[in-house]
Formats: sequence, structure tokens, C-alpha cells
Amino acid sequence: MISVVTKEALIPHLFATLLYAASMWGAVCLAPLEMNAGEVDFNRDVRPILSEACFQCHGPDAEHREADLRLDIASQALAKLDDHFAIVPGNLSESTVVERITSTDADLRMPPPDSERKLSPSQIEIIKQWIQQGAKYEKHWAFQPIRDPQIPVVKQKDWVRNEIDAFVLHRLEEKGIAPSPQADRYTLIRRVTIDLTGLPPTPKEVEEYLHDHSENAYEKMVDRVLSSPHYGEKWGRHWLDQARYADTDGYTVDSKRSIWLYRDWVINALNRDMPFDQFTIEQLAGDLLEKPTTEQLIATGFHRNTLINGEGGTDNEQFRNEEVVDRVNTTGAVWLGLTIGCAQCHNHKFDPISQREYYELFAFFNSSQDVNTRNPKLMVPSPQQRETLGQIEQRLKQAQEKLAAYDAAKKSLPPEKQNAGKAANWHVVPNLTVQSTAGATFEKLDDSSYLAGGNNGNSDEYRVQFSSPLRKITAIRLETLTHPSLPQTGPGRASNGNFVLNEVELSQGEEHPAKWLHAMADHSQKDYPVSAAIDGKMETGWAINVAKGKMNVNRTARFVLESPITASPETSLSFKMKFGAQPARYNIGRFRISVTDATVSQLGVPDKEREKLLAAVKKVRDAKAKFVKKIPTTLIMRELAQPRETHVLIRGDFLRHGELVHPATPAVLTVDRKKQEQKKLTRLDLARWLVDKNNPLTARVTVNRIWMRYFGRGLVQTENDFGYQGTLPTHPLLLDWLANSFMKNGWSQKKLHKLIVTSATYRQASLMREDLAQIDPNNKWLARQSRLRVDAELVRDLALSVSGLLSEKIGGPSVFPPQPPGVYSFTQNKYQWKTSTGEDRYRRGMYTFFIRSAPYPMLTTFDVPRFNATCTRRNRSNTPLQSLAMANDEAMIEMARALGNRILKKNFTDDNPRLKYAFQLCLTRPPSSQELAQLRRYLNQQREIFQADPKNAQLVAGNTAKDQSGKSDHLHSVSEAASWACVARVLMNLDEFITRE
Amino acid sequence: MAQPHQLNTLEQSLLRESTRRHFFEKCGIGLGSIALSSLLAAENSLDAAAQQKQKPHHTPRAKAVIYLFMAGGPTQLDLLVDKPVLRKHHGQLPPKSYLESKRFAFLKGTEKLLASSHTFKKHGECGQELSDLLPHFGQIADDVCWIHSMHTDVFNHGPAKLLANTGSPQPGRPGMGAWLTYGLGSESRDLPGFVVLQSGPRGPRAGSSLWSSGFLPTSFQGVPFRNGPEPVLNLSSPQGISRRGERSFVDAVTAMNRLRRDVVGDPEISTRIAAYEMAYRMQSSAPDLMDISNETKQTLDAYGATPGNPSYANNCLLARRLIERGTRFVQLYHTNWDHHGGPTENLEVHLPRIAKEIDQPTAALVLDLKQRGLLDDTIVIWGGEFGRTPMGEIRATSGRDHHIDAYSLWVAGGGFKAGHIHGSSDELGLTVTENPVHVHDLNATILHQLGINHKQLTFRFQGRDYRLTDVHGELVKDIIT
Repeated sequence: MISVVTKEALIPHLFATLLYAASMWGAVCLAPLEMNAGEVDFNRDVRPILSEACFQCHGPDAEHREADLRLDIASQALAKLDDHFAIVPGNLSESTVVERITSTDADLRMPPPDSERKLSPSQIEIIKQWIQQGAKYEKHWAFQPIRDPQIPVVKQKDWVRNEIDAFVLHRLEEKGIAPSPQADRYTLIRRVTIDLTGLPPTPKEVEEYLHDHSENAYEKMVDRVLSSPHYGEKWGRHWLDQARYADTDGYTVDSKRSIWLYRDWVINALNRDMPFDQFTIEQLAGDLLEKPTTEQLIATGFHRNTLINGEGGTDNEQFRNEEVVDRVNTTGAVWLGLTIGCAQCHNHKFDPISQREYYELFAFFNSSQDVNTRNPKLMVPSPQQRETLGQIEQRLKQAQEKLAAYDAAKKSLPPEKQNAGKAANWHVVPNLTVQSTAGATFEKLDDSSYLAGGNNGNSDEYRVQFSSPLRKITAIRLETLTHPSLPQTGPGRASNGNFVLNEVELSQGEEHPAKWLHAMADHSQKDYPVSAAIDGKMETGWAINVAKGKMNVNRTARFVLESPITASPETSLSFKMKFGAQPARYNIGRFRISVTDATVSQLGVPDKEREKLLAAVKKVRDAKAKFVKKIPTTLIMRELAQPRETHVLIRGDFLRHGELVHPATPAVLTVDRKKQEQKKLTRLDLARWLVDKNNPLTARVTVNRIWMRYFGRGLVQTENDFGYQGTLPTHPLLLDWLANSFMKNGWSQKKLHKLIVTSATYRQASLMREDLAQIDPNNKWLARQSRLRVDAELVRDLALSVSGLLSEKIGGPSVFPPQPPGVYSFTQNKYQWKTSTGEDRYRRGMYTFFIRSAPYPMLTTFDVPRFNATCTRRNRSNTPLQSLAMANDEAMIEMARALGNRILKKNFTDDNPRLKYAFQLCLTRPPSSQELAQLRRYLNQQREIFQADPKNAQLVAGNTAKDQSGKSDHLHSVSEAASWACVARVLMNLDEFITRE
Repeated sequence: MAQPHQLNTLEQSLLRESTRRHFFEKCGIGLGSIALSSLLAAENSLDAAAQQKQKPHHTPRAKAVIYLFMAGGPTQLDLLVDKPVLRKHHGQLPPKSYLESKRFAFLKGTEKLLASSHTFKKHGECGQELSDLLPHFGQIADDVCWIHSMHTDVFNHGPAKLLANTGSPQPGRPGMGAWLTYGLGSESRDLPGFVVLQSGPRGPRAGSSLWSSGFLPTSFQGVPFRNGPEPVLNLSSPQGISRRGERSFVDAVTAMNRLRRDVVGDPEISTRIAAYEMAYRMQSSAPDLMDISNETKQTLDAYGATPGNPSYANNCLLARRLIERGTRFVQLYHTNWDHHGGPTENLEVHLPRIAKEIDQPTAALVLDLKQRGLLDDTIVIWGGEFGRTPMGEIRATSGRDHHIDAYSLWVAGGGFKAGHIHGSSDELGLTVTENPVHVHDLNATILHQLGINHKQLTFRFQGRDYRLTDVHGELVKDIIT
């Protein structure tokens, strides 16, 4: 067991040295090569050299292979080449490799001088030793199964709190390095709280922990913090980086999208400690699970965070292809920690992944429904919205039923289903007897119309008598017609050709006039509707002038009877047209009469009752549409019924199809590829394969990344490259032990977190040590903790929290905190940034609406990437722009003021306790006497400045000199408020404030 | 942001150490020889290492770049290239053989050849043809290297701009200015090494992805300088804080940070101390830079610049002032050159208008740099993400579509051949026929003039060595002296 452990050794960073030389000039400082004398280890010592110096031409990429020599696989490296062997185990003189790498002849020497690669004498020595010792090949460490290593035995047993410490201490003891003492309690509670929730501990929490003298005080504190719902926010944000979550589409148009439900899904899943295998399957293939739940569909948003190009003139297929590429590369980076994307255009130069295998992975993602589009989307009402929606739908149903019942009762088709109005069959009445009370005369024309002549009286009444051609009359039609003899051709007799028909009546024999139901006309003059001719009033009437165009055209009016008249051929009917004297002489010039027996609905008479019912339906329907718009939607993954064919894309060009391929996982990581070929694999199979216990990468990659968040670097430093080019793990057995226990613990992330944060390794002080600065400045061996500047969102969260302004609301649509003006002066789109009000103004940084082409400036300044691609690890820079943001950003100033006010409101009589309180609010620990003195000096300086300058004092104090109710707070003056706001500003600008120590 | 090692304060050396540590960490190499005690002591002694400049690969010809980016794709056929054959066949369909394997954003294949309505004249000893839209360009005909054989890969604005500026059509890579400040540092004490200026109705498509630092540390990203009193976001102290108050603030923060550093020994704190100092200095240096009212009337008139009235002309003048103050890379964007035709972007009204906006100031910048002796080591580039088609688009007013297979731009200064005409396209302007220059080739050549081998300026990210020219780019020897 011990012998296994001692195989671990300091990893020579040869490849890193080469990389350094390649990427920067004037390189100084080569890390000393540390090796165990004796045995050369292929994975540790030899492969990095071969990978960097040889594989480009003698590696997995067949297309660019030189001299048919392949050095990454034993069988081929040791095979006979023409008349010689590249490598003969145990025989240096017959191994031509040795001859070539040591040759002084530039034509023979390997690597060739023009490759800009070079082997150092010590590297050549390693290769020689390796061949001498038998040229043993081993499978790359990360592709080997995850071991269940035994816990090493250490000397300083009392330092060990859990298994992690045994592994770490064992390496330290090997090197003769002492671990650091445990950090003080202030540091511990601040570290744990920030690491697990992204927020600082409250003064009350600090007090409780300080005064808890029980043996398991620390564990209790950890358990409390780990159960906080803010845990899901902190660790959700790390995951969202990998998911490249953002609130816009990206590229140039960069429109808004709605996918925050996916963000909330992540937070909730983590808070519920969803096992990581399930977490994986639901995000990659939730839609392919049997009867997926809404939540499982929302989870598939993971791969809908890809960019959509909305620019005009784009080829959607091209950008769909880009999305699939991104999905493959992201999956490779996030779960496998491999640079799979390198095989998009050609076989991977270093790792055993062929271009064909790349497109086999591609095939898993190639059949989703989205095509550079936001669809498919899922509508996700909240329970309350669901209820309201149900009510609205109920109302809609009721309204529709009422309408249907009405139509059924009428036993007729609803009018909109009939040929409304045009179904009526009109019969022209050929012979009329027309009399005028004012002495007009009438001439019958060939079309059975009658032309008025003679006197055009100031007022008149035309009595038209006729015998009905029909037995039943339901309506009468009056056509007013033009004629050359009329003024302006008529159809009226007024000088402009108009008329005003004030009233019409229809009666049979001596009976009373029949009652009208409705009047219609093809045109009515404004304020002279045709209905005015049947309203019983002589003051109103129907006329035909027009606002624009020509008035002198034929016009038709239809008058519908309330109940049909049954006409007998013996009795004559009398139709009266009455023309009043105001205006005078506005009589009709030529007309024709028709009758019909059509039904009311055939005549197109609107049914008022029915219209009411119809309006009720429309109203509810509109209300529903309006309400549905408020229901959040989210982008989801959906598979096409018929999958797309996948081809190898030559040089990665989506227009150049190579051979046809089917979904499959890379051979080097797959136990039985043959089995895969027998069935059509789906994304669900891929997801299950990723979290299969035999997958050597997923658990290692995941625990390594979680470890990295706690210590600033992973046990494998190249957390996104576990391939041949990556660095080797500093603690390979610890990595495997963690990966193994992660799976054994049911993929519980919370258990992993607890294990790490309760270790003695984690609890160490982060103070630099003179000895370590020499031996281990990067803290590879973990003889101390690291000081880490917190992520951008937490910079905001910490400030909000200490200021007392923080809203602890979790989830919901993204928000718009104040941002400096001028952000969009450089973007194509001028986004509407409507600054949030109320508690949304003070939400945690992770809820800030993220516009890919113009992110919230403070986030970018503190290294938030644009999420155009997956981000597995952020940069951690330290720049003057950060200083400007911390010192001057409007949002920060608002928080500083609030903090100043919070300090002032505390019931202290003296500056010192007040300063101490402020300091501890911000930094958790109490200040040193020097720090206190420094702050006091600064405070007094500000008092002096502001007492002399009340105007500026007011500007700095803002409204903080008033209490919540808006009344002036007499406890302190404006200059005091300003001075304390400035103290708050200093505290929030300290390096320590934004650092987890 | 400007590189920290240009700080001229006592913090400088310490900062340098921690910056170096930052890189070492990234590359997995130990700090090695640098001891804690020296880190702590360094604040009080300028050590020799701090003076060490990063060395270029070879002797540079230039040290700064002004990139006048004409966003949208200027129409070379109406500005810089006369095609008599195109004139002759105006209104006809182009021969099918000319269009083989070509892809366009909006053209459907039924568009006819469109001759320029402008007259061209030869200028300078080199005889460069210029249309009547650019009368002032004639003055710099012999100071400029004219390239008529540019070609690029992608025909949408965003991707094509990204390709020109970052070497990749997808967002996520560092811009050229970020690569240069990463590789060469900045010579400015109190201004950023990579500054972005913008004029015209809107920002360029693809936005800040164009000047992002990509996977490089954010300290190398381009810093947009806005018009108005606050050129840099959050530059001004909060309302009511006097200069004295601000000084006392920076002093207090520094003193407190030092006290903590003495306890925890973290060099990152020294970096932060220096960052606050630099931020304080920028509060006066940036507004000072932006205030062009102290330029002579003669200079203002030459550019056509008006203090307080933001314009392309003002930005050209600001570019010169930035270079004078040691900024490494000025990326200037002017929109909108996307003349498809239609009510807001046609060749009849809008092209003459925008040409007039840039004609005089551009020429004035080159002449001004020359007169001040700055042109020798400053590279000025004028051009867009692609050119425009010889075929007209069928819209209400005339315009041209995006064209990626043959377009023109020019480069001046920094060892580029003055008064040289390079490359040409066929008689219709559809395809390059002589000395093709790809975007990657141009970028490789620009880096070369700055002393950088484009294949060696790399950064390892996610397992791969990335560079500005991706896996392409050939030095164009014919355009440099």
C-alpha cells in the first residue's frame, strides 16, 4: 500500500516549461526538474515529453503522420520499420529514436529544427533511461479506471481530521514540509460562509460561532451554512459558467431570450442536493426520459444556452451547425475535461480522438429541433398563474358555451357562417303608383325605376303603392339612382344631387305602418345614418354626401321589418318616403323598389343579443392572451422525430460532407464499442455513459473542479485538460479517492463539500510563509490555504450584504441594477436598461440581466466572461478599472451610503466602537490597533473636509441623513453622515473586503 | 487596462513581481527564486527586474497602431477602384463563370452589374485612382500602401469583423490590441494600452467582443473611451468628493491594504495598491486627453475637429494624442458603411455623406503624424470587414451586397511601403487575380512590423496554443520595406 503511494512524486513540469517558452519571450526561471532517481514512469516522465515534442507528427493524427512512425501506442512504436526499429526495449544502440534525438546533424535531428521544438539534455536522458528500462507503455492515467486507494499512514496523526488530510499530509511529510496551523475562528466562519453561500457571515452568526465551545462547533457551523438556500446560488453560479448561461442570443443582434427558469432549476437542484448523475442526465437528455416532467424539460436548457445569430442574410444551417459544435465541445470540457474541439477539423494532435469520433459525438446532438431559433420553448406558469389561467379558461369555456347554446336555440347557422346579407333574394316591383304631396311627377323608366320631375317642393312625401309579387315580405329595398336629368346627375334633387330621406313607412291597406327592425345602407353621410329614416323622427334622416370622392352614384338602403307581412294579391301595399323642409328641396330624384322574403339572418341583420355573447367570448380570449404573455417561457431541447444524418465535416466546414457516421462514444473511453454499434444511441445514452461508474473521467473532472474553487487550483491544474497535454495530478491518489467516494456517496455534492471544508487541509491559515515562498509559492502541496479574490457577482453580494440593502429573494426573472451611463454607446443595439426598483434593485449579482454583447460593466471588470462558450475556470485579474468600479460606481456609492447610515444608527457614543463595528461588519475580524488608528485618522480628516464644505457633505450624504420614514434624523448631522459614508467607502475598497482569506 | 508594469511609482517593482507570478501560475511554473522577503521589501526599492522590458522577437519597425475601422464594409468600387469594364457592362448579368462557388448574404443571382456613378482620377506618383468622393485622400496617395487584393472568409458583419479584429469569426478570442498589449506591454504611464473609440450612428456589430481580451487576462482588454466628461466608466469620483477627499481616500485604502499585506504577505495586495494609484492618476489623465481645446486652430481645422462636438474627426485627433501618450493600440470604429440601398443606406445619398465625414480627417491624421515624425513608427490602417459586390442589389435605391472575395484597404506608416499599389482583382472586381492578401496575412504582417512573429505570440487555453492568426497567415513581404 505504501509502495503505491510512494509512486507519487513531484511532477516534472517539463511540458509546462516548453509551453512557457513558446508563449512568452524572455522567459526566465526554469522549474528545477525533480525526479526520483532510478525508475522512470511512462505517464509521469515520458509521455509529457513525447506529447509535446513528437506526437504532432508521430501521434494519433494519421493524416499528418511522418515516416509511418507512431509513438503514442506501444504496438506501433515497437514495430519494425523497413529495416530498423524506432524503439528496441532495453537496447539503446538499436533504437533509431535515440540516434535521431541525439544527432548533431540538423537533417537527422529530431524534433527537426524548423519545428521550433527542442529536447533538453535531461529530457533526452529520460527517454534513454525509459528505453533502457524496457520502454514500458502505460495507458494515460486519466483514461485508467478510478481506483479506490487505501488511506496512507502518516506520522503526525493528530493533524488528520479526515481522509483528505492523510493524503495531503503524506505528501507534505515526504517533502519535509509542515502544514500551517488552523486559521482563527473569524477567518474560518468567513471562509466557510463565503465559500458555501457567497455571502459574509452576519455579526450574529459570528457571535454564535465564537461562543460555541462545544467540540463540534465547526461542524455545526458548516451544517448550518450548507443548509442555507444561498448555497444553491453560490454553487449554481459556478455551474452556470459551465452552462454558458446568459439572457441574450449573442452575436450582433443579440436579442433578449428567456431562459432564467433554467438558472433557477440549477439553484433548486443544488439546494436539494440532486445526485450529480441525475443532475447530468436531466440536463443533457431530460426531454428523452419517459414522460418528462416540466422540471426535466427545463433542465435541458443547459444546451439551449448556445448562441443564436439573428443577423439578416444568415444561413440558419451554418449557425445550427455552430450550436452543435458548441454542444459537443462543452460536453467534452464540462464532463470529460477534454479538449475534444481540437478534433473538429482534423484528428486530435495529442489525444486519441479521431475526427470521425468527433462527429460520432456530434451525431448525438445533431437532431434537436432548434435551427438557430429560440423555439422550441416551454411555457411554465407558476402555481398561482396556473390557477388563474384555469379560471380564465373556465370563463372562456362558459362564454363559448353560452354562444353555442344561443345558436342552437335559434336553430340556424351563426351569421358568420352564412353568406351574410348576400343570400337575400330581391324581387324588383315592376309597377308602382307614385304620388307626391308637393306636386312632383314621376316617369317610369325601362328598368322599373321612377324618375321624379315637376315641382321639387321644400318638403314632400312620396306615396308608393304597389301589389306585392311575394306572399311574404320581410324587407323592402330602396335603390336611389343617378340620371342625367338630375342636378349633378342625382340621385337626389338637391342642387348637389344629395337628398335627405327623413322617414319611411310601409303599411298594408288601411292598417298601421309596420314596425321596422333594422335599416342598412351601402353608404350613409356622416351624421345622417340610414337608421335615422326609421327612428320615427322627422328631424333626422338618411343622406349620402361623402367626405372624399364622388357623391353622385347609386345608393341602396334596405329596411327590414320586425315581423314579416303576409301580403295578399288583392290588398295593395303603401310605401311612404317623407322629406322634411330642413334642408329644403332635398328630395329623391330617381328610385326603384324591391321586396324579399329572406330571413333576418340572410339579410345580414346584426343580432344584438348574439353580438353581446360574441363580445364576451372575445373579451375573455383577449384577457387570456394578455395573461399568457406574462407566463414565463424557457428554451428547451426537443428531438426531431426523424434524426438528421451526420457526416464528418471536412476541415470542419459545414458545406463539405465526408463519410456518414452514427452516434458513438470515443473508443479510448468506451468499454465495448461493438455493443454501441448494434443500436441507435441517443443523447440519453450519452448522458448515462458519462455518469457510468466505469467512465474514468466524469467523477475525477467534477471533484477536481470543486476542489479548485476551494484552493484556487485543482489537484489537476489543467482542470479543462485531462488529456496527454494536461498537467498530471499533484495528488493522484487523493483525486481518485475523492472521485470514488463521490460516486459511493450517491454523487452527493453536499457530502463532498462537507468532506472538503471539514478537512484540516481546508482549515489551514492562508498566511504566506517564508519557507513556502521558496519551496511551493503556488501552493501545490497545500501546506496552507490560499487567499482568493471573490468572483465578480460576490463582490456585489458582499457590498450589498454589509450595507444592509441585500434582497435575499431567490430566483425569478433577471434584474436591472443601476449601471453607469454610456454602456451602450459602443453597441449595435441600444438596450433598454430600465433600472429595477424596489428589492430588485438590490438582488445578488447572479441575477443581473446578462447581455452577451454588452454585459453589466462591473461583472466584466471582475472577469466574468461573455459566455459565448463554456467557462470552466475564470481569470482572476487585478486592475485599475476594478478600482474605479469599486470606488466610484453608482451602485457601490449607494451601498457605501447605506453602510455609513447603518453604522451611524448603531447606538454608540464613541468613534472607536463604531469603527470596530463597521470594520467587523465588512471584514468579520476585529481591527488591529494600527488599523483602528488609521481609520480614525481618516474619519477625522473627512469631518474636517465636510464641516468646511456643507454643500459637498450633502451630496455625499445624499438622503442617508434621513431615516426610513423620510424624516430628518437628528442624531447626526449631514457632515457626520458624509464622513461615515466615506469610511464605509474605504472599508468596501479594501483588498481584504473582496478576498476570501 | 494599461499594463501594471508601466507604473512609475514605488509600487511598480512589486507589482511587476506579482504580475509575473500571475503568468507563472498560469503556466504551471513556480515562482522559484522570488522570495517573500523581497516581495515585501520591493515596495521600497526599484529592483532591476522591474526595468526589464519584454523583448520582441525581432527589431520592430513600429511601436503603435491606429486602426481606422470602417464598419459595415466600404464600397471599394465607388471609392478606391475604377473598373472600366464594369462600366461598360452596367445593367447586364455577370457571366456565370465569374460567380462559381461564391456565396452572398442577400444576392439571389438575378442582380445585374452596377457601375459606379462616380468619376475617378489618378493621384500622386503612384497613380492611385480615387473617386471624387475622396478629394482629400489624394494628398496621402504617396504616403500609403494601397492593397486591392484583400479577401476574407465570412460574409456576415459580426463574424467578419470578429475575423478581422480577433482572427476568428466566433466571439471569444482576444482582439489584436489585446494580443499586442499582452505581448509588448504599453508605454503609457497613466492611460490604457489599448483604447477603443467610436463614431457614427451606432456601435459596430459584435460589440465589445471585438476588443475583448478573450482568454487573456482582462487587463489586456480594450478600454472604450466615450465622448463626454467621463470617457472611462466610473472615472469620476462620486459627487461631493473633492480632489483632496479623493486623495485622502486613496491614501487611506493604501495604508490599510499595506497593513494587511504586512500580515498575510500576499503580493496580490501590492497589485491592488498600485491599481488604486493608477486609477487615481487616470482621473486626471483621461479627461486631459479628451480635451482637444488646447490644440491649435490650425490643427483643429486640418482635421475638421470641433471641441465638444463628438465626431470621427475628433476621434482621429484623439488617436494621435493617445499615440503621443504611449498607448499601443487605438481601435477606432466609424459606422455605417453598409450600403445595400434602401431609405437609409444607399449609394446615392448616404455614401457621399459618410465619405465626406471621413475624407478630410483621415488624410489629416496621416499628414499630422508624418509632420510630427510619428508616422515612422505608427501603423495606420484604413478599411472594413469586407468590400461590396460589383452587382447592384434590387432595392428601391441602389446599393451593393457584402463581398468577401476581393476588396481594398490601405496601410500607412510603420515600415509599410509608401505610395505602393499591391494586388488587383479581375475586370469586374469579383475575384482577386494578383497577389491575394487574406485578413490573416495582413494581421501577420502588422504583427511583424511590431517585432512579433505571429506564430510565436501564443497563449495556451483549453489545451491549445491560440494566436491571432489561428493556424493561418503568411507575411506579405511585398508591402513592407
